[in-house]
Amino acid sequence: MRRAITERIIETCIRLSGLVVILFVVLVFLFLLKDAVLLFGHYPLGQFLLGTKWLPISEPPSFGIIPLLIGSLYVTAGAIVLCVPVGVISAMFIAEVAPGPLKGILKSLVEILASIPSVVLGFIGLVWLGPFLKDLLGLRTGQCGLTGSLLLAFMALPTIISISEDALASVPKAFKEAAYGLGATRWQTLWRICLPAASSGIIAAVMLGIGRVIGETMVVMMVTGNSPVIPRSITQALRTLTATIASEMGEAVSGSEHYYALFAVGLVLFISTFLINLVADAFLRRARQ
Amino acid sequence: MDQMAVKIRAKDLNLFYGDFHALQDIQFSVPEKAITALIGPSGCGKSTLLRCFNRMNDLVENCRITGSIRIDGQEVVDDRTDLIALRKKVGMVFQRPNVFDLSIYNNLLFGLRIHRMVSGKDRILATIRWGLEQVGLWDELKDRLNQNARTLTLEQQQRLCIARVVILRPEVILLDEPCSALDPIATMRIEELLRELKRDYTIVIVTHNMQQAARVSDYTGFMYLGRLIEFGTTSQVFTNPRDRLTENYISGQFG
Ligand SMILES: Nc1ncnc2c1ncn2[C@@H]1O[C@H](COP(=O)(O)OP(=O)(O)OP(=O)(O)O)[C@@H](O)[C@H]1O
Ligand SMILES: [Mg+2]
Repeated sequence: MRRAITERIIETCIRLSGLVVILFVVLVFLFLLKDAVLLFGHYPLGQFLLGTKWLPISEPPSFGIIPLLIGSLYVTAGAIVLCVPVGVISAMFIAEVAPGPLKGILKSLVEILASIPSVVLGFIGLVWLGPFLKDLLGLRTGQCGLTGSLLLAFMALPTIISISEDALASVPKAFKEAAYGLGATRWQTLWRICLPAASSGIIAAVMLGIGRVIGETMVVMMVTGNSPVIPRSITQALRTLTATIASEMGEAVSGSEHYYALFAVGLVLFISTFLINLVADAFLRRARQ
Repeated sequence: MDQMAVKIRAKDLNLFYGDFHALQDIQFSVPEKAITALIGPSGCGKSTLLRCFNRMNDLVENCRITGSIRIDGQEVVDDRTDLIALRKKVGMVFQRPNVFDLSIYNNLLFGLRIHRMVSGKDRILATIRWGLEQVGLWDELKDRLNQNARTLTLEQQQRLCIARVVILRPEVILLDEPCSALDPIATMRIEELLRELKRDYTIVIVTHNMQQAARVSDYTGFMYLGRLIEFGTTSQVFTNPRDRLTENYISGQFG
């Protein structure tokens, strides 16, 4: 009897916490939506979504989100292209190639990397990486999308490396034995057997890394030049969705059109990350089958 | 015994795991195109000896081998040995069926690929068909080659593991307790398969199960505490053992 009641209580708690998570997501969405729709009373949705100019304080103002979307896209895509291969290959190295002591050192280094505050990275980007890239590539300014991408890639690496490494390390030893027994080299075993066997874990790692990249605000605000114009390449100054909200929230008058426009930007950000997560889930499910 | 052709000859073979002397002065000849069984109590070194023949012990850290193993007269205990060629020639089947987490087709393709044995879709399929026929799986599986191999029954998986080895055209097949995860009927059928395969291959099988050794093998070696105590034809070892230890073990006095 006693036990049945405890079971009941535990079960209810678990159910409740699950519900709380769902409730939070829905509440955040509604909260964003509530203020965002107020913008569209004054400002047409089409012009918001398709407008190519973000000029919130000119007269009349213009709230076209395209420059910010493209800015986010450039920075994120750049970061992904850089961090995914590097991260997965590092994980392969740590899991399968590095000898014992080196493995331990590398793993703790990765953990230390994960704990560097983003503002510190932004600082490094501002005073060192930006100027360095400017000289190296002969750019007009070092504060550009590429600098942001590099730093974001760096930030996503620890997540990608440690989760992929876990996935690779948990590939059953029997698979490796079988492969070596058939005469496979270490590389063939790693590439054709371990990697596919760990693929769902690796995809999850990459998705979590990407999640970190998309949501990051501080670094991109500090190093990407903060200029809300459509960039023609990744080496130009630009601004992302996140940086826009962070840098303009302070100056926007509560209840103004500008204020609501920032909520609308937040809503777009929310919906995009939601969609990316859905796609990631679909991938994971397919990989598991 | 004297007229048999020898495929593998181990001489003064010693193996150490760190300080532990796991194989001691092994002298052992494996007859060609026959089934040789290795029996003995748990921990006596059967798997260790088997894994010397394809140098799988190289994967174990701190493992040191001295002495000589010659396969077709060629030295195996030698840093210059081409392990890839060796393991193609001397295939291994493990205790638990260890099919890859891939389709049936890709499980078989893996070996063909790494040894660059066949190319072209048709010829690959023909080879895979041949391999599955060798282990009596083709009819069952021909319509679902793209199914994940881990969804098969354990017996099918173990057969697939044997096919994966056979398809590489080895000369020796090593089996380490291949039936220990299988039920008695599946065990019987695998034994039948082994009897068919011995026409073309030299087979060494480690088994815990003395009845299995008696049923399936032509020659039997009895190991105890890292030594090969006795070796002879299976009928001699089982009916007329020369050593007291062998006799005690076979009569079930320890195990
Ligand atoms: N990697 C290893 N490191 C250290 N000692 C080992 C290692 N592998 C095996 N041994 C030891 O070597 C001895 C022989 O082991 P082996 O696995 O060859 O025995 P076995 O006869 O196959 O036993 P079983 O019937 O239980 O499979 C055992 O005492 C075992 O503890
Ligand atoms: Mg064993």
